[in-house]
Amino acid sequence: MKQDYTITELEKKANEIRQDIIKLLVKAGSGHSAGPLGMADVFAAFYFRVLKHDPKRPAWKERDRLILSNGHICPVRYTAMAHAGYFPKSWLATFRKINSKLEGHPSFKKISALETSSGPLGEGLSQACGFAMAAKMDGMQHTYHVWCVTSDAEHQEGMTWEAAMFAGKNRLNNLTVIIDRNNIQIDGYTEDVMPLEPLREKYEAFGWHVIDMNGHDMAEIISTFQEAKAIAEKPVCIIAHTIPGKGVSFMEKDYKWHGVPPGTAIPGEPEKEKQAQIALRELRTLGKKIEAADLD
Amino acid sequence: MNYFLAKNYLDEKKVEWKPMRDGAGIGMAELGETAKDMVVLGADTIESSRAHYFAKKFPERFIQCGVAEQNLIGISAGLSYQGKVPYAVTYAPFLIGRPWEPIRTIIAYPERHVVFVSSHAGLATGPDGPTHQMTEDIAITRCLPGFTVIAPADYEQARKAVQAAYSLKGPVYIRNAREKTPLFTTEKTPFEVGKAQVLREGKGATLIGHGYMVYRLLQIAEELKKEISLEVINLHTIKPLDGKTILASAKKTGRVFCAEDHNVIGGMGSAVAEFLSQKHPVPMKFHGVQDIFAESGSVKDLWKKYGLDKAGTKKVLLEFLKR
Repeated sequence: MKQDYTITELEKKANEIRQDIIKLLVKAGSGHSAGPLGMADVFAAFYFRVLKHDPKRPAWKERDRLILSNGHICPVRYTAMAHAGYFPKSWLATFRKINSKLEGHPSFKKISALETSSGPLGEGLSQACGFAMAAKMDGMQHTYHVWCVTSDAEHQEGMTWEAAMFAGKNRLNNLTVIIDRNNIQIDGYTEDVMPLEPLREKYEAFGWHVIDMNGHDMAEIISTFQEAKAIAEKPVCIIAHTIPGKGVSFMEKDYKWHGVPPGTAIPGEPEKEKQAQIALRELRTLGKKIEAADLD
Repeated sequence: MNYFLAKNYLDEKKVEWKPMRDGAGIGMAELGETAKDMVVLGADTIESSRAHYFAKKFPERFIQCGVAEQNLIGISAGLSYQGKVPYAVTYAPFLIGRPWEPIRTIIAYPERHVVFVSSHAGLATGPDGPTHQMTEDIAITRCLPGFTVIAPADYEQARKAVQAAYSLKGPVYIRNAREKTPLFTTEKTPFEVGKAQVLREGKGATLIGHGYMVYRLLQIAEELKKEISLEVINLHTIKPLDGKTILASAKKTGRVFCAEDHNVIGGMGSAVAEFLSQKHPVPMKFHGVQDIFAESGSVKDLWKKYGLDKAGTKKVLLEFLKR
């Protein structure tokens, strides 16, 4: 499929994805807001520029594997996949509802292009290591790349570090992990709940090549992903510094929006009836930076 | 049906004693010759859980995970998505107990074909004590949708089970004891996953077991043959349950005695009771580990103290038959 989106087109695509995330969450009446909005730029970059993939051939042997470990941010993946043509956009309105293929957390049995099922944290990186090992056994390590998206807080899970140790030992240079470093989790800020720093030094000690990245600078995202694929001697860890709730002023950097949709009564936040409207207006105008008309 | 059991198998002194874990280990190494997509994964217990036979023969298809059983499960899942058939091998409490939630979420839920091969199941683990004597593994695997749960009766059946598991679908658990136990089946003995074996026919009561307890039941049935005719079923596959064979036997004998080296809560006996109580309720007795953690000791001493030896099993059976 078309994977030659320009930086400007990718930024616009990310913004469309954010608006559809808000609509999907409002329709569902439950789900996670902050993480999906924060990762919209990364997912736009994946599905419209970086990934080697074909929405019409989800079982294509040579496709890049994208493993989503923190399954709760699936609204961003579902929305990006719908935009890329994996399934009709009309499915987005069925998220979290009975008989839907869009489970509250990703189900491989419902949509095989999700590559795995996920939800309980800390389980994706191990599986990504298994994918990468198999690629090496089959001599396919230069044919496709294995990407694993993780949250920062799931680095509180021991299993993540078991996998990090394994990848270091086996020099899985066909594997890249992206950490959504948004500093929030359900109960508060990561460094209050259970400090993760120094994250870079931890990964380096486990035998990884680490790159810090601004997760909202599209040009930097593209160049960092290209750099990650070019590192030959080690697995690569990209620490993507993101703003949770990116693009919606009242959600940005506020952990209270981790696991709830627009339309939730939270003290100090806009009236719940107006939240979706405010969010969509802000996204359409990029916070009044551009006229809504320019986007249409 | 002819099961081609070993010559003079009922004589404990004449029958050969071999560990199930050896049968499983050798079975995997044999299977590796033809099953080119098979990968064996170990977690720092490769010799004692007998993954080393395969590891030495096919080092390029063996993965050492270290003491990290959750990762063992994750790597297995990842490999399975890529068309490999992973065999994850370590002690039962670490293989099934420690990473149970990852097994549920990333193996069972997405219906991955991963084969779990344990050693150290049950009190037959011996002196390592209750931390290593896994007596809950059947309960926590059979409650997961899509799981096949197999508890071979001896060395030879363990060998066949690991090979049969290759062509099944979804997750498979094969439960093996560490200790040497009587090898009473032979290479010629048939083995079909999901098909219970009526090793001895009788009319007075049905005795059902898995693992080495099947041998005990056969011995006891022989010893009591003048008093009562006892039917003995080797229920090597606990899930899917061979309801047809169990139902036919229960209808014929009218009572069922279950014996297993596993907690009586949630084990094979529970599976049989769940089935019979709804299809054809009959009086039942559950002989096994009576919802306790045992202790260190030689396997023979443990069998004796906790009533899993022949004498202890016979005593419980005779009380049941008197009712």
